[in-house]
Amino acid sequence: MSFKLPSLKYEYNALEPHIDARTMEIHHTKHHAAYTNNLNAAIENSDMAGMSIEKIMAGISKYPVAVRNNGGGFYNHNLFWEIMSPDGGGKPAGELLDAINSSFGSFGAFSDEFSRAAATRFGSGWAWLVRTDNGLVVSSTPNQDNPLMDIADVKGTPILGIDVWEHAYYLNYQNRRPDYIEAFWNVVDWNAVSEKFHG
Amino acid sequence: MAFELPALPYGQSGLEPVMSEKTMGFHYGKHHQAYVNNLNSLIEGTRFANASLNDIVMESEGGIFNNAAQVWNHTFFFESVTPGGRGEPGEELARAIDRNFGSFEKFRDEFGKAGTTLFGSGWVWLVKNATGMLDIIQESNAGNPLRKGLTPVLTLDVWEHAYYLDYQNRRPDYIKAFWTIVDWQKVGNRYLQV
Repeated sequence: MSFKLPSLKYEYNALEPHIDARTMEIHHTKHHAAYTNNLNAAIENSDMAGMSIEKIMAGISKYPVAVRNNGGGFYNHNLFWEIMSPDGGGKPAGELLDAINSSFGSFGAFSDEFSRAAATRFGSGWAWLVRTDNGLVVSSTPNQDNPLMDIADVKGTPILGIDVWEHAYYLNYQNRRPDYIEAFWNVVDWNAVSEKFHG
Repeated sequence: MAFELPALPYGQSGLEPVMSEKTMGFHYGKHHQAYVNNLNSLIEGTRFANASLNDIVMESEGGIFNNAAQVWNHTFFFESVTPGGRGEPGEELARAIDRNFGSFEKFRDEFGKAGTTLFGSGWVWLVKNATGMLDIIQESNAGNPLRKGLTPVLTLDVWEHAYYLDYQNRRPDYIKAFWTIVDWQKVGNRYLQV
């Protein structure tokens, strides 16, 4: 059984003006599709065929770099599409908000730290909100690494992530990564993040 | 003394259609400029305040290294290309390419493959080692071969910002087009320098 490119729960233009339709379409049908295809090719006829993506990530140090790069790319983009929505924005509520307040002091302190992690990740990568044994933590990873990987500095379950590869924003924002990060907050689906927090 | 953005040896539309004027406007006017500005503010009050760019690239770490090496790399990259390309590898470089890679076509294939397979942001380099042998290496992010005691001869920027407006996900098309603007006269002269 092979991994499949998921379809999005909204149209490519649904996140405009924050993320434009052309960026969404290329990002999903070209970049994410390529990671998916390359992942399937990399695990074919190996002991990873049939494993869950989470299990593959957890043992990534044992596997070829093509699995790390493409498996990470497959998982990370799945999560990215899931935690955005045209009805997003605002603030989380309930237990997730309590946990954010408890770990960061306030929602504003959290969002500042997350934005800074995204802005200062040099080169390609991701910034994350991670559920760990010691509460919620903000981290960033290079390229397509993620907190599920046994090689990550901060290990845990990612519940929110922002793609800061230039392909995620260059057509719309070019060199202005901070503007893209600021706009991202308008499309964060806190219900989806909350589900991952409880999941 | 503060570093300054070096002038481009051609106009910002000079590399069309390989690299569009819009791409060059951002790549040179925003990215390269930002690395220069960041470097200047980061070295202020440090032991690198009056150092040469080469010394900073060789000795610094972290944010200072990232910005210094990106200034160096972009300057070297923009000087490696010219509108319409120029000449062919000179006799000496051509012979070295044949000796090290088998043929010019094999060199180009190998260099192009290094460009397409570099995962994430970075640079592909043709370098000369201490004994004059050529090699192709990949460097992530701001990586620079001087740190490994190698002499850069040619480089290709494969950060997405170098090609995304013109080629989006089609990095191989960007690399193919790159060959039509390489300034072989310049690259050949670099090879001859010790």
